[in-house]
Amino acid sequence: MSNFFSDYSAYVLCFLLLTVGLYGMLLKRNYVKKVIGMTIFQAAIILFFIQTAYKADGTVPVKDAALPVDQTDAYINPLPHALMLTAIVVGVATVGVALSLLIRVHGAYGSLDEDDIQKEAAK
Amino acid sequence: MIAEHLPALPILLYLFVALLMPLANELGRGLPWTLSWLTSLTVAALGGYGLWLTSSGGAIRYAMGGWSPPIGIELVADPLSCFFTFAIGAVSAFVLLHSRESVERDCGAKNAMTFYASSLLLLAGFSGIVGTGDLFNLYVFLEISALAGYAVLGCGSAKAALSSFRYLIIGTIGASFYLIGIGLLLSKTGSLNMVDVAAILQVDGLGPVTTLAVVFIFVGLGIKMALLPLHYWLPDVYTNAPATSTALVAPLGTKVAAYALLRLGYEVLPYEALLADLRIFDVVLYLGAVGIVWGSIMAIAQDNLKRMLAYSSVAQIGYIAVGFGLATPNGYIGAVLHVINHAVMKACLFLVTANLERQGEGTSIKGLNASLRKKMPLTCACFALAAISMIGLPPTAGFFSKWYLLLGSYDQGSWVLVVVILVSSLLNAVYFFRVLERLYLGKDEDAPDAPKRARLPWVMGLSTLVLALSLLLLGFGNVYIVSNFISPMLPGF
Amino acid sequence: MTTDALYQTSMVPLFAVLVSMAAIPAILFSSRMPNLRESWSFLAAGIKFALVLSLVPGALRGESVGITLLEIAPGIGLSLVADPLGVLFALVASGLWIVTTAYALGYMRGHHEKKQTRFFCSFALSLSATLGIAFSDNLITFLVFYELLTLATYPLVVHKESPDALRSGRMYLGYALTAGLLFLAAAVWVNLRVGEVSFVAGGFIPEGAFGDGELKLLFLLFMVGVGVKAGVMPLHSWLPAAMVAPTPVSALLHAVAVVKSGAFGVLRVTGFVFGPEMMKEHGLDVILALFAGATILLASLIALRQDNLKKRLAYSTVGHLSYIVMGAALASPAALTGSLMHLSAHAVMKITLFFCAGAIIVHSHKTEISQLDGLGRRMPWTFAAFGIGALGLAGIPPVYGFLSKWWLSMGSLDSGHSLALGVFLLSGLLNAGYFFPIVIRGFFRPPAPDAHFPKGEATPWMVVPLCITATLALVFGIFPDFPLPFFEIAGRVVESVMGELPQALNAKEIGLAP
Repeated sequence: MSNFFSDYSAYVLCFLLLTVGLYGMLLKRNYVKKVIGMTIFQAAIILFFIQTAYKADGTVPVKDAALPVDQTDAYINPLPHALMLTAIVVGVATVGVALSLLIRVHGAYGSLDEDDIQKEAAK
Repeated sequence: MIAEHLPALPILLYLFVALLMPLANELGRGLPWTLSWLTSLTVAALGGYGLWLTSSGGAIRYAMGGWSPPIGIELVADPLSCFFTFAIGAVSAFVLLHSRESVERDCGAKNAMTFYASSLLLLAGFSGIVGTGDLFNLYVFLEISALAGYAVLGCGSAKAALSSFRYLIIGTIGASFYLIGIGLLLSKTGSLNMVDVAAILQVDGLGPVTTLAVVFIFVGLGIKMALLPLHYWLPDVYTNAPATSTALVAPLGTKVAAYALLRLGYEVLPYEALLADLRIFDVVLYLGAVGIVWGSIMAIAQDNLKRMLAYSSVAQIGYIAVGFGLATPNGYIGAVLHVINHAVMKACLFLVTANLERQGEGTSIKGLNASLRKKMPLTCACFALAAISMIGLPPTAGFFSKWYLLLGSYDQGSWVLVVVILVSSLLNAVYFFRVLERLYLGKDEDAPDAPKRARLPWVMGLSTLVLALSLLLLGFGNVYIVSNFISPMLPGF
Repeated sequence: MTTDALYQTSMVPLFAVLVSMAAIPAILFSSRMPNLRESWSFLAAGIKFALVLSLVPGALRGESVGITLLEIAPGIGLSLVADPLGVLFALVASGLWIVTTAYALGYMRGHHEKKQTRFFCSFALSLSATLGIAFSDNLITFLVFYELLTLATYPLVVHKESPDALRSGRMYLGYALTAGLLFLAAAVWVNLRVGEVSFVAGGFIPEGAFGDGELKLLFLLFMVGVGVKAGVMPLHSWLPAAMVAPTPVSALLHAVAVVKSGAFGVLRVTGFVFGPEMMKEHGLDVILALFAGATILLASLIALRQDNLKKRLAYSTVGHLSYIVMGAALASPAALTGSLMHLSAHAVMKITLFFCAGAIIVHSHKTEISQLDGLGRRMPWTFAAFGIGALGLAGIPPVYGFLSKWWLSMGSLDSGHSLALGVFLLSGLLNAGYFFPIVIRGFFRPPAPDAHFPKGEATPWMVVPLCITATLALVFGIFPDFPLPFFEIAGRVVESVMGELPQALNAKEIGLAP
């Protein structure tokens, strides 16, 4: 147990970030804060993927004349990086859609706070 | 040529036409509408062609960009996926055909093009989820459809935008959970190709990492398919969105997630271990059973017709979950059949609400009265037929999915489920006959000198009618569908 | 039945089912012209009856004819096959439809009912469903038409659209849909265990497919499924409530088509799913007989206390349906013969009584029995017909009801349940007790001073049909095979189910058997 945090420190960090993001998305009453929570949440996932690619003493996966390609231990795994490029695009698009929806909401209710809007909607 | 590229064609077609939309809008005001439903019709035709090809010649596997799997992304067309492609194309074609006036009214004439472009992206996402053989690709299509879906559901009133935003938050959590699951699987197996992952997991079995991955994937997809208790986003969204958007998203959106769950649960993840060690099928089964009862009871309590239908969706997804969780051939058949049946039923019912909104009738159940039957006889008749199918009376489609689910429940010797399925049919009867009674038996309260409204455009009537009649077709053709398309795809039990 | 050596392919049963459905568009399109509209009903009824008649010779030879339309569930066809039992029921339902159409015409116009087009459409659809039930070859086809019948009769029950009618309608739906679901549960179970759902004379569930307890549960599921429509207590309360419907509906549907399809379902399930031997083996006959016997007595007692004429008739129907159920439960050749004869006998007699009640309501607007004093002298034909029906239901010769009761009584003796005999006799007394006072009031009591009876009889559209059915009740009582060979068809059914004809008493000698 004593080694758990040091051995898996990166994962623990990811987990903390995930929790923070999830907290923001679910429990914050302000919609922009929810969006901020969402970006934290997505960043945590991206970090998590990147960590799985990590190898001790590995180098960037760009072909190096000094290192033969079949020596796979010398390169870190490029696949998660490629995947996360896509995930980042998805994340940006999500934030974009979220913000554009929020602009409409703000235009109609004059607020981005859940409590205010519920009061407004109840009228 | 078509046969060779068949798995990729529906997705590419939708994406391509979606990109053409701004151009089409310049050329003619009605062109985006025409193009969109024509595209869906073409996709339905492709699905039908694929059915014919694959049910005799076996699955077609397609390596995207020439990169052979497991390195490249693989798309697969087998009878089941072709059948779903067909269903997506056919249902959406009629919903889009129906949509022209409602979209211009709810989203504004200027935004119609955007609506259709988003709709096509949404459908591209759906057909991608159905056709892909790659886990990460599935995530991407899940998000494509979800993002387009937020846009489609959020157009119209500010209320719609608000509930769409809430859905966005929940949906992103769902998709992200799925992504975490994929990451864990990737770190364990080093592969993303479904066949490849399945082979590796078959050998490795269910380690702690895979278990965690399974939990994340099931929760993620559970949110997407609105499985109880992850359903609470659904009623608000479906109620507040414009009727057309709901009619487009509600029948298909949750169903493709259910399809993904079926595929992953039975074919990719280690089935025996999930069944025996993790008992996750039992969890889904009982959540589904509770969902059936809960959704039905909530539906009875609603006054808004759309909200009632939304809760009824929660209940119907429960049926699918039960079929999935039974883990018997009959349960599997029942689940798949109910995905199709319910898609057509719900599309038809939501089109009815769209017709009501078009005629300015409103969707409050208390506001419905018998004068409606005289003003809109066709719409009322379609509603009645779809309602009968929802209750599950023979020979409509709904009866037969119930038939297979009952067979599956008996297979498992689960009397509780038999009772749940029977009771839920009665509850369905309660909330649908409540509406039917008002439509057909209430006093005729319309003042005789009320101004006569314009007739319903014929495309709207036609689309509703076609969907309603196909319920009878699905009912009578169920044996053909099951024996040709579903039974050959049964995973090993 | 389709695997039977005596089976032949034929479209006639299908046409017989479809003909009234085909009349619906015609009825709808001629809704502005009532005379044309009603002539469609007559035409359909006539063709339907002729088609069923053409099936009679085959049924007399013990043959069954029919067709499988399509596969409706794997290995299960949507099959319509006319076997003797089906023909018997179809003959009763389609024959009485002709008379009822004439009567309904008089009633609906005389009562100025609204929405007559819907009424006649639903009526035609109900008849299609009823014949579908009669000709169903397997449990699933049966269920399809059983549910269709529920849906088609719902608009008829709520026809008046008053809060009362709506409440009854909901009650009816609640009972009928629940029953359908339980029937479905039972059918699925049988399909899974036996792999077979087609009716076979003598039963198709093999011994050992179910454990003893499971078999009892299955039987109970089936019996609740069909027992709701057959009005077996405690599942009967929808029937008196459904009396808010117009009288032709009460007459044809709640005395013949709907309730008899329930009783018919009991016969099908006991004789063609379980079979008499299995029933006896597992004590199922006793369970069913207990419920039927209790229903016969209780319903008669309740009927005694009803003042509303239609309610009294409804409770009497509940009691008499259980005669049929009791005959099926006793499962001896004689009892089954009696049960099958009571299926037609009760139909003819009870429809007469309902016709009379309707004529009284339309003509004099009296609904309570206590208001009928002296009315018989104004409406002698109506009250005479009522008297014949009442005599028959009490089991007094020479009316048809005597014959069926005779065979039922013999059946209770030769099946060894002599207690049942007591039930039948006691019930006969009770029947006399609740029917005869009506006739006596009508003819022999002086009218109340404030009673304003209109002159003469009701319209001939109503009086002629009720006289026809009363005459039929008399004719069948004397010649059970003329003009329609009910007794002989019943013999064929009994032969196929029990393997023998009734031997209890030497029937030939007393001239009651062919």
